[in-house]
Order: sequence, then structure tokens, then C-alpha cells
Amino acid sequence: MSLKSFLKKKLVSPELDEQLEKIEMPVGTLGYDPWGFNTDTNKIVLSLFANIYHKYFRVETHGIDNVPPKGSALIIANHSGQLPIDGTLIAYSLANRKKSPRYPRAMIERFFPTVPFLGNFLNQVGAVLGDPVNCARMLDSNEAVIVFPEGIRGSGKLYRDRYQLQRFGSGFVHLAMKHNTPIIPVGVVGCEETIPAIANISPLAKLLGIPYVPVALPAVLPAKVILNFGKPIHFDNEDLTEEQVTRRVEKVKSAINGLIAKGLEERQGVFQ
Amino acid sequence: MSTTPKPSPEKIEAKAKKASKKKTVLVTGAAGALAQQVINRLRGKYQIVAVDFRELTFLSDDIPSYKIDFNKRVFEDLFKAYSFDSVIHLGRISSGEETRLRRYNANVLGTQKLLDLSHKYGIANVIVLSTYHVYGASAYNPALIDETAPLKAAELTQDLVDSVELENLANIYLWRYPDLNITILRPCNIVGPGVKNTISRLLTNTISPALMGFSPIMQFIHIDDMADAIALAHKQSKRGVYNVAPNDWIAYQDALSHANCTPVPIPSVPPILPKAITKIMRLKMFPSYLINYFKYPVVINGQAFEEKFGFKAKRPLREIFRYYREVKK
Repeated sequence: MSLKSFLKKKLVSPELDEQLEKIEMPVGTLGYDPWGFNTDTNKIVLSLFANIYHKYFRVETHGIDNVPPKGSALIIANHSGQLPIDGTLIAYSLANRKKSPRYPRAMIERFFPTVPFLGNFLNQVGAVLGDPVNCARMLDSNEAVIVFPEGIRGSGKLYRDRYQLQRFGSGFVHLAMKHNTPIIPVGVVGCEETIPAIANISPLAKLLGIPYVPVALPAVLPAKVILNFGKPIHFDNEDLTEEQVTRRVEKVKSAINGLIAKGLEERQGVFQ
Repeated sequence: MSTTPKPSPEKIEAKAKKASKKKTVLVTGAAGALAQQVINRLRGKYQIVAVDFRELTFLSDDIPSYKIDFNKRVFEDLFKAYSFDSVIHLGRISSGEETRLRRYNANVLGTQKLLDLSHKYGIANVIVLSTYHVYGASAYNPALIDETAPLKAAELTQDLVDSVELENLANIYLWRYPDLNITILRPCNIVGPGVKNTISRLLTNTISPALMGFSPIMQFIHIDDMADAIALAHKQSKRGVYNVAPNDWIAYQDALSHANCTPVPIPSVPPILPKAITKIMRLKMFPSYLINYFKYPVVINGQAFEEKFGFKAKRPLREIFRYYREVKK
């Protein structure tokens, strides 16, 4: 028996297995898809992640049924927290959804594939290199895709800039229009406080070839996380100028800002 | 180098006279396992003439076989004697074998000579075997690369320049001489009985190197499926460039495990380290110029070939790995 089969047998409960079996994924005969997603690894990780999700971050979700049960969907959220914890929590919340669970695919920054172990691990649990070609193919195959249009500008920002949305790329609106895909805005509250950074050591980051090296506590803090899923936004596929597309980007940004404000109001305290 | 005597024009002509009047196919790379599988699929329906620039291969009494350097004038005598109807070009010196110059001469200039002769003698069906390596292995590769993607392999290493050049050359002839009906096939990793490429050797071993922390997604096509694909492309003769890969994927280190092969981790950071290790240790089975293909995925999209030619790979991954498990017993 391979290590993976052993871990799956030991860790994955029959209930979780049954829940995840409901999700249809276009994988090959040995459980992999072309982006490296692996059903068994995913089940093991989700079973290990259950406690982190429920007990450590005590995640609360609102409006999760705004993500359609099937068909392509772009889940657009604010990015924060140095590590891709926010994407993992959104993905877990949808895989764990009682009605019509889904495995959404998170688009990750371009430097992750170059990091040993982490790049492969992220691929095996469904994350994908944030490339427009990858995203377009996933939408064509009716997948739900998580995109953080702020990219590293969002994840690498300092604690003093928390909950201030950085510049959004416009690629996701072009993709939504071209592939006739609804955009589900998500406001993530809590991840800003998981790894609060006070500075970024840019020269070291440059030397190591990574986007940022934060000055932060060497720990992930147990901040309470609230995920607010907004109503789907549909954009017609019209021939627009880049300025008109930017206006559509701003519309999504404004929806996310509203959801963040709602989450901050709902929160009783950072760690409560 | 073998000391096989060069074929004389008289001998070629005498053999050609004996050959039957069926449509005649020139198959290059006859010493390779893939060419022999392709020949098995075509024999009976076609008169086959086999050539190889590496060694003389005896196939059977009804298949004339020659060891010829494509750059020598005697190669043209074959075209004069046999009046070929089609050419299946599978012969090439693998990356890492011989010197770069000799590989360039054989693979690029040799192919140019072959295509020039094909044009001169009015051949209307040419199949050229390329490789997915031409796309290059980069951290920024999207998955399911289609045929329009740029060929970036030459950026990574000088050792793959001839593979890219061969492709570029075939592409130029494809558009310049539409009457040649050139079909370029870019298969994923060809594996299975008799295949002696890098990946097949790695799967055959009981221990094989793997880069620590990297296990890229790979695609494998069974040699029998690839031979079917070539026979199909030859039969239908539709010009263009096509990826050939089944719709199945597996991570490299998982593939080694399925083949009962233990991965031996090679330090992967900083990137110069694995290259230095393979060079210093002269690890021929894990060549430094292919290191990136064991680090980053190059997943190609074979859909266009499947749709255009009605191709479907029949041998699943489990059957491929069963073969590699059994050869170890």
C-alpha cells in the first residue's frame, strides 16, 4: 500500500469521502487532472484541514449558495495574509457545502511553481498557476475559479494597509465577459490578522527571487475568519474599450468593499 | 561507428526491381522500436523501404533496409530507384547522443535534404515526428498547451536547439510546399516495450533520480498507440502540426512508484545545483539539459489530433506501468 492510500484510509472519514465523492471532477484514470489536481491528496488534505477551518479559524460563511451549483463561475475576493490561506478557506467552504459541493480552483501567483514541495502541493489540492490560458480552459470546462485580482499587491501588503483594496487587474472581467461567466464577489475578513506584517525586506526578496519577505511573527495567528459571498454579477460580452472594462472592474471592487465592511461589522473581535 | 558497406546505386536498383508494385513508403529511423511498430502496421498494404543513419537493421526479406547518411548523394538514389509515394520520418539522433554538431547535421540538415528530395520527387504525403520537448519546460507553462504555443525549448538549453530547428524547418516546408502534405506530430513521452528514451529508461530502473520537492505532471503514450497514431496520420494525410497525447495524466514521482521504481531525491535548490550534480556525476539517465522537464510540467493538448484523425489512445496508464513492473521481475 502506498503512503497516500495509507493516509487516505487512516484520515478520510467515510462521511467526508461520501461528501467529496459527490463532486464530479474531470480526472484521468489515476486521479490526476492536467493541472496536477489529485483526488486522493485533496481528500487527505481536506480531512486534515477540517479542524483548522472549524476550530482554529472558526470560519463563518454567509451567502455561500450564491455560488451556482454547476457551470463556470469566477469567485473574486480580496487577498491578504502573506500565505494563500484565504484561497484555501474559500475552497474548503465550497467543498464542505452540504448542498451541491464544489472544488473551486484557486489561481495562484506565478512564483509558487518554483518553490519546492509547496508548488506541487498546491497543484495537487487544486490550485493553478494564475495564467489567463489556464483560467479560460477551466471556465470552458465549467469549473468554479477563485481569482484574487490584487495578486501579490494584496497578499504582501502590510498590516497598516489592512482591508484597503489594492489595484485590481482587469483580466478577470475580460474572461467573465468572453466565457459568459457570473462573477461572485467575496469579502474575506480575518486573514489580514493571521500573519500581520510590519515591513517587507525587499532586497532579501529580490535576492531570493520571491515577491516579498515580510517582517512578521513566525506563526499563523488564530484570527476569526468571516467569508461573505455576494450576489452574482453578470456582464454582457460587448466590445468595450479598456476604460469601460475598468468601470466594470470598479463595480466588482465596490461590491467586495461592501462585503468586507459587512464582515467587519459582523465580527465581534479579531480573535473571538 | 559501424563499418557497414555503403549501398551502391546498382544494388539499390536491383533491390528496387524486386520490390512489389504497391504504393511505396520510405520509413526513416528503422533501427528504432517505434519505426518497427509502424512498419508492422503498414506491411502488406504498402511496399516499405527502411533506412537508418545509425545502423543497418534487418526487418524481413520483403523490406529493403539501408544504412544511409541523408546528407550523402547516394540517398537520392533511393528516391530515383523506388519512386516513393510517401515518407515517414522518424529517424533522429536523440538529444544527448553524439556531438551537437553531428546531431545538427543529421537531424536538421538531414531532414532538410529529405524534404528537398521529397519535393523534387513529387511525394504527396510526409509525416515528421517531433517531440513535446520543443515547447520547453517552464514554471509559467499553462496546462494543455496547444499547437499554436511558441517553441521555447531552445531558450533553455543548447542541447534541444536541433529539435526546435527540425520543427521550424518542417514548418517552413509545410507552408512553402503545400503539395508535400506535411504532418508534424508532437507526441508526449513515448514509452513501452523496446523504447530507449530517457523517460523509458528511468521507468525501467529500480531506482531513479527525482528533483527534491518537484513532481511535475506528465503524459505518457504507449508505443503501440503512437504507432497507431502515425499509421493513421499516414493513411489520412492531413497537413498541419498536431500534439499527440492521451487524456490522462500523472505526477512524475507517482509514475515512478507505479512502475515499482524508488525515487532518489536530488537537491533542487538553488537551480544550478541539480544541473551541476548531473553533470559532475555524468548521470546519462538524468541528463542536465532535461532537468527542467522533471521540475515543471509540459502538458500538451492532443484534442486537435483526436478530432481531426479520429484517434483515441487504447492503452491506459495502468497497462503502461504494469509493463515496467513486469520487466523488473
